[in-house]
Amino acid sequence: MPDMEHLLGVPLTRRTALGGTAALTASSVISESDPAIAAPLTKPVGVRMAIRTTVNGKAVPVEIDVRTSLLDLLREQLHLTGAKKGCDHGQCGACTVHVDGRRVASCLTLAAKVDGRAVTTIEGLADGKTLHPMQQAFIDHDALQCGYCTPGQIMAAVACVREGNATSKDRIREYMSGNICRCGAYVGIVAAIEQVAGREKV
Amino acid sequence: MRPFTYARPESAAAAVRAFMAAGAGAHYIAGGTSLYDLMKLDIEKPQHLIDVTTIRGLDAIETNGERLRFEALAPMSAVATDKVVLRDYPILAEALWKAASQQLRNMATVGGNLLQRTRCLYFRNGAGGTSVGNTYPCNKREPGSGCAAIGGLDRGQAVLGQSSSCTAVSPGDWPVALVALDAYVEVLGAGGSRAIPIAELYRLPGSTPNLEFTLQPGEMITAIVVPKTKAGRHSTYHKIRDRESYAFALASAAVALDMDGDTVTRARIGLGGVATKPWRATAAEALLAGKPLTPATALAAGHAAFADAKAGQHNGFKIELGARTVADALTIAAARNRS
Ligand SMILES: Cc1cc2nc3c(=O)[nH]c(=O)nc-3n(C[C@H](O)[C@H](O)[C@H](O)COP(=O)(O)OP(=O)(O)OC[C@H]3O[C@@H](n4cnc5c(N)ncnc54)[C@H](O)[C@@H]3O)c2cc1C
Ligand code: FES
Ligand code: FES
Repeated sequence: MPDMEHLLGVPLTRRTALGGTAALTASSVISESDPAIAAPLTKPVGVRMAIRTTVNGKAVPVEIDVRTSLLDLLREQLHLTGAKKGCDHGQCGACTVHVDGRRVASCLTLAAKVDGRAVTTIEGLADGKTLHPMQQAFIDHDALQCGYCTPGQIMAAVACVREGNATSKDRIREYMSGNICRCGAYVGIVAAIEQVAGREKV
Repeated sequence: MRPFTYARPESAAAAVRAFMAAGAGAHYIAGGTSLYDLMKLDIEKPQHLIDVTTIRGLDAIETNGERLRFEALAPMSAVATDKVVLRDYPILAEALWKAASQQLRNMATVGGNLLQRTRCLYFRNGAGGTSVGNTYPCNKREPGSGCAAIGGLDRGQAVLGQSSSCTAVSPGDWPVALVALDAYVEVLGAGGSRAIPIAELYRLPGSTPNLEFTLQPGEMITAIVVPKTKAGRHSTYHKIRDRESYAFALASAAVALDMDGDTVTRARIGLGGVATKPWRATAAEALLAGKPLTPATALAAGHAAFADAKAGQHNGFKIELGARTVADALTIAAARNRS
């Protein structure tokens, strides 16, 4: 992703990637009033609230609609699309981020709840150009295929090690069970976590 | 999702006041892992959310003294890793760490857990929400509409405590362990505070499955209290699931034993995944009192726990599975901390 941003010279978001034509095509097929495909809330339309949160070390004052999830705030308003929406119901772990250092499912976290708190996403893990040891370990162990679950897996994995729950293969599997990988990269994921737990301070 | 107002009181008393002032449509929200989820499915439709997680100092875990006291906002993950709970009450620690995922346990509170709503497929997916599209009747969701689970896909439904209106399983693990240990909750309402035994917090579905709890409007759970018992050391929460982790129980047994050598002087047994509320297996407890714990008495107790069970079309397996889960739990609990 950082490489592509360099190439394009703009921060890449799904919105800029898809562009306007895709949206047009969609709206010509499906009526805009269909509640089943209501557009994500990019601007507050319901009850508004101003919050101050810290995201990846930067203070972010932002106005939200109180219905907004932390995941939608990150992706749609702050354009941090690393955290993924797999299920939007707490069932897959793709949206995992850290709030005040603890891992949470951002899809079931009201954005209003991070007022005054510090959020860390996958975008905030690397130290400049140096990958976080867990990111490097995922590469070393081929711990992904399509990569959709990976940002959530890595955020959960970092927390798993910090919590002291990466002490054996079985315990890693138990404490990583909230992160589903449809490609089945589990063997590599467990190996990557074991590597980091064994030798690094994270 | 429907619009709502959002308030963040700083004390439990202020939360109750905010709730009473907001009137109809007021709802407390703690971690939100049950409530916000159901709001997305258009099943819960609060007009006013009162976020209790900003209340200061309502998340303490106290283990000194005669009782264990867990304040309502303590995260599940914090109680699950408390040293005293881990050492002396595996039944409680296991009921927590075998539930949901670490992400959710960091968000979810031990108070909110008691009031989570059923995972019945027709209740959750039948409101015609965005990801489902279809609608199904559900007396819990829409009183009087009927029950699609009865005669439907009922593999996950209850075999104990169901009525002709509803067969939905009470989903939580933690309440099952608390029922076995005779815990109670402290609540604060407009009329003051009171204590409610956990077993009395839950209603059977009967003809009003929409009414699940005995809390009065505006009553807030402030703490969960567990009387200390030596039986905690001979205890387990044994949970059988479709997959090894991160799934709700098909059948579970919370067991704590008072033992004299090999003899069970008193057994406490709670059942989860099989009943419409956290279930106490009193017949099985009575059968074991004064008997040695052997594979035969353990299995007999398991069968006694399900003597009144009734199966639907696809959930008959839960009766034998449940009995054997109880038997295994008894064996595990008895083997613990032998000295
Ligand atoms: C994918 C997934 C898997 C899960 N797996 C399991 C599992 O295996 N086992 C299990 O037991 N649970 C499981 N859960 C459920 C989870 O444990 C509960 O959702 C959680 O414990 C609820 O706590 P909360 O603080 O988030 O409650 P909330 O969602 O905030 O609230 C739940 C209800 O309680 C009310 N409430 C909250 N706090 C109070 C209070 N102090 N006083 C009065 N009312 C209050 C709210 O108004 C609401 O009606 C799972 C959830 C998900 C999403
Ligand atoms: S998107 Fe949050 S858990 Fe699936
Ligand atoms: S790498 Fe494809 S879902 Fe995990």
